[in-house]
Amino acid sequence: MTGSPPDHRTTGVSGPGGSPVPGPSLGHRRRPVERGIRIFLATCGVLSILITAGIIATLAFEAVEFFRQVPIWGFLTGTKWSALIQPKTYGVLPLVTGTLMIAGLSALVGVPLGVGTAIYLSEYARPRVRNTLKPILEILAGVPTVVLGYFALTFVTPVVIRWLFPGTGFYNSLSAGVVVGVMIVPIIASVSEDAMTAVPRALREGAYGLGAGRMTVATRVVVPAALSGIMASIILGLSRAIGETMIVAIAAGFRPNMCANPLEGCQTLTGFIVEASIGDTPQTSIDFKAIFAVGVVLFLMTLVLNVASQRLVRRYRQVY
Amino acid sequence: MKRTWMAVAVALLGLAAVACNTQPAGDGEGSLSGAIQIDGSSTVFPVTEAIAEEFRAEQPGVNVTVGQSGTGGGFEKFCNAETDISDASRPIADDEIEACDAEGIEYVELEVAIDGLSVLVNPANDFAECMTVDELKRAWEPDSEVTTWRDIRSEWPDEQIEFYGAGADSGTFDYFTDEIVGEEGAIRSDYTGSEDDNILVQGVAGEENALGFFGYAYYVQNTDKLKTVGVDGGDGCVAPTDETIEDGSYSPLSRPIFIYPRVDALARPEVRAFVEFYLDTVNDILGDVGYIPLTEADLQASKDALSEALPEGDEDGS
Amino acid sequence: MSLTTLERPSLQAPPAAKRKGRLFGALLVVSTGLAIVVLLTLLVDLFLDGANRITPSFLTNYPSRFPERAGIRSSLLGTVWLMGLTGLITIVVGVATAIYLEEFAPRNRITRAIETNIANLAGVPSIIYGLLGLGVFVRGINMGRVLLAGAMTLSLLVLPIVIIASREALRAVPEGIRQGALALGATEWESVRRQVLPAALPGVMTGTILALSRAIGETAPLITLGAFTFVAFDPTPLSSFTAMPIQILNWVVRPQDEFARIAAAASLVLLVVLLTMNAIAIVLRNRYRKEW
Repeated sequence: MTGSPPDHRTTGVSGPGGSPVPGPSLGHRRRPVERGIRIFLATCGVLSILITAGIIATLAFEAVEFFRQVPIWGFLTGTKWSALIQPKTYGVLPLVTGTLMIAGLSALVGVPLGVGTAIYLSEYARPRVRNTLKPILEILAGVPTVVLGYFALTFVTPVVIRWLFPGTGFYNSLSAGVVVGVMIVPIIASVSEDAMTAVPRALREGAYGLGAGRMTVATRVVVPAALSGIMASIILGLSRAIGETMIVAIAAGFRPNMCANPLEGCQTLTGFIVEASIGDTPQTSIDFKAIFAVGVVLFLMTLVLNVASQRLVRRYRQVY
Repeated sequence: MKRTWMAVAVALLGLAAVACNTQPAGDGEGSLSGAIQIDGSSTVFPVTEAIAEEFRAEQPGVNVTVGQSGTGGGFEKFCNAETDISDASRPIADDEIEACDAEGIEYVELEVAIDGLSVLVNPANDFAECMTVDELKRAWEPDSEVTTWRDIRSEWPDEQIEFYGAGADSGTFDYFTDEIVGEEGAIRSDYTGSEDDNILVQGVAGEENALGFFGYAYYVQNTDKLKTVGVDGGDGCVAPTDETIEDGSYSPLSRPIFIYPRVDALARPEVRAFVEFYLDTVNDILGDVGYIPLTEADLQASKDALSEALPEGDEDGS
Repeated sequence: MSLTTLERPSLQAPPAAKRKGRLFGALLVVSTGLAIVVLLTLLVDLFLDGANRITPSFLTNYPSRFPERAGIRSSLLGTVWLMGLTGLITIVVGVATAIYLEEFAPRNRITRAIETNIANLAGVPSIIYGLLGLGVFVRGINMGRVLLAGAMTLSLLVLPIVIIASREALRAVPEGIRQGALALGATEWESVRRQVLPAALPGVMTGTILALSRAIGETAPLITLGAFTFVAFDPTPLSSFTAMPIQILNWVVRPQDEFARIAAAASLVLLVVLLTMNAIAIVLRNRYRKEW
């Protein structure tokens, strides 16, 4: 069912003539403390804009320097990226495909596992089981990405992936994608599970009362009702996956290519940023400034992803 | 509810108590105090860390902190007067010199040790005992026609080579490409690179037809898993060992590593004491971290460069 | 709200539907189990590698070039301080932002733009935040390379997580709660503070847990903004500092095998710290968990 979220300031009741009845008069209760708190809250709301402004400023300044030396069109459409190895070319498409490949793989792994886990925890598991499992999953969210990266390289690749697909490269995007996917499971699962738990029991009981089984209740009643929260968690998880640096830098390798084969290494936008920033490249060089241009591309990519998903969520959100 | 908050408060207080409890630093009788900030190459880091560790035992009042932002990152902060000393695995670049000049930062370049860059193969490889610089160049250059061992030397097997080497953002890479291929940053595009040489060790050790290049320190720790290849730079085949790297006969792949103290920082007694201590002690600790000492002459050259740069001149003689 | 999307099964579900239901349930158990299995594999791997290196001296020594003598004292303290400060900043600012956006902001395009903006910030790679922190905190307001700058930068990094999770939690509080409070004469802020916020606390705690979990494992942004690696004294908010992931990265890359062992040991200690942090938040979360 479509609708916009309720505005808490009206009573939702219509008076004679059809116009909404205003809420109770609060004039005499509005103390200076209340006013001060509102100002504080509004300031915090504005803070996020300042952060974005800061990020854009940080990126744009150096990116402009970069584009003065490297033509934008070639950058955006070029299919060969070689910033640190001669001959130097700066076509960003290989890195973009790398990011998309990892994001896709991690979504394939993380979304089903995450949502599935959330449904299990909120609809099927007994409270004690849930209260034990949820914190355990949240530990997974806290493993340093450095450790996860080496886990992907030294365990997942040789033991799991080479066993399934012998002949896989030392570096491969499948290993990195799977591990990133597992890393975002706690984000998706935890936030989704909170959303599902908050669905009023009356909705469920109504469905059970009509003879529906657990699966039906879970998939036809609870998930749609909690969709806003679930979508928010997925967007959060995917954004995290796109922005992940260490795991892909360690496990997916440093060879940018058009990333068609998940069994081969593949550098992402973030992988390049890591490679070029903590190394020995002079920070005055064009190669270092490439980091900022790449950062701009990433920023725009996540922006498009978010705007699209916001539209989607708004269309399907249920209000009760 | 109140009890939970009290428990949390007690835990935090306990933590604060631990945090504020300073540990006695050492038995040194030194009376200097202050802070020295060092940042830069992660290759040079182990050496500087070792010196800082020893220095702390003598001068517990001086807090020496060492970072690993990379040579580039280190110089960027250095030329912004945010660090006192910059660790570098390559000499300062022209752009960086300009940046320092623009801020009025004067520095002195001090060689402190040698990193022997080694060419390595799998222990099962019994034919590649020695390679000339020319053969290496043909194997590693961009658009190389070499894919099998036979392409390098006709008596060698017709097996495909797996190439491993230091990552493109490291001084090791820059040095190797400069010396062997002839152009810094130029290398074949299909090699497996890594910024972590341990991974390269694993790669070469696990692949019979591997050919790799990375730091000597990593070979020394894994002599059972790796085999070095002697390099013929025109004067015959020389394998990398502690001696050949030190006396310079293993060439051209021995590269110096540097520290760059700021001249105005050297005016502070603790910084001066530290840098002097550095040059005096470095040869003692290099064995622990896997690098090779400079020759006596080169080390003395560094010490002389330091004395010349010291603001008031050196009365004690070092 | 409509139930027309529900099928209308007969009172006794046919065997096919029952089987499908059981299969579905089994699938869910498998998917939950899979993530946990991966975690357990990782933990066992770390444990076998480094558990026996966790000794009292490991916890109280400063770093050293000799792996037998090296310890995590300075990096552990650095991480604990960072988490404490980051937690404080993100909870206050994050929840305030969420409250503002959800309860007080007008429903117009500007607010929507802010929402999209926040979701977008969640995807910016951590190194960019490091560069931002370097430019604004370390250099801009001249704090220097101090721990507080690191905490503030990490807060910026994980703020979107807290904001988004808190917003969802606030949204899930039924409208009736707010209206009831208002009808009884409370101001908007009182209604939020006394009724809505406590009801939303579990979701806020989840957001905080996820945020701190992210922050505790970050390496690259801290190095970029100026954290050190070798620190031989106890860091405080206004001093130079280091953190455990940085120390772990430094040890993993060393040639000596023994360093890999103590890196695993340090990772285990890090997870214990994480567990402790989470335990506090979880206790709070469970206490306030309501089912409507």
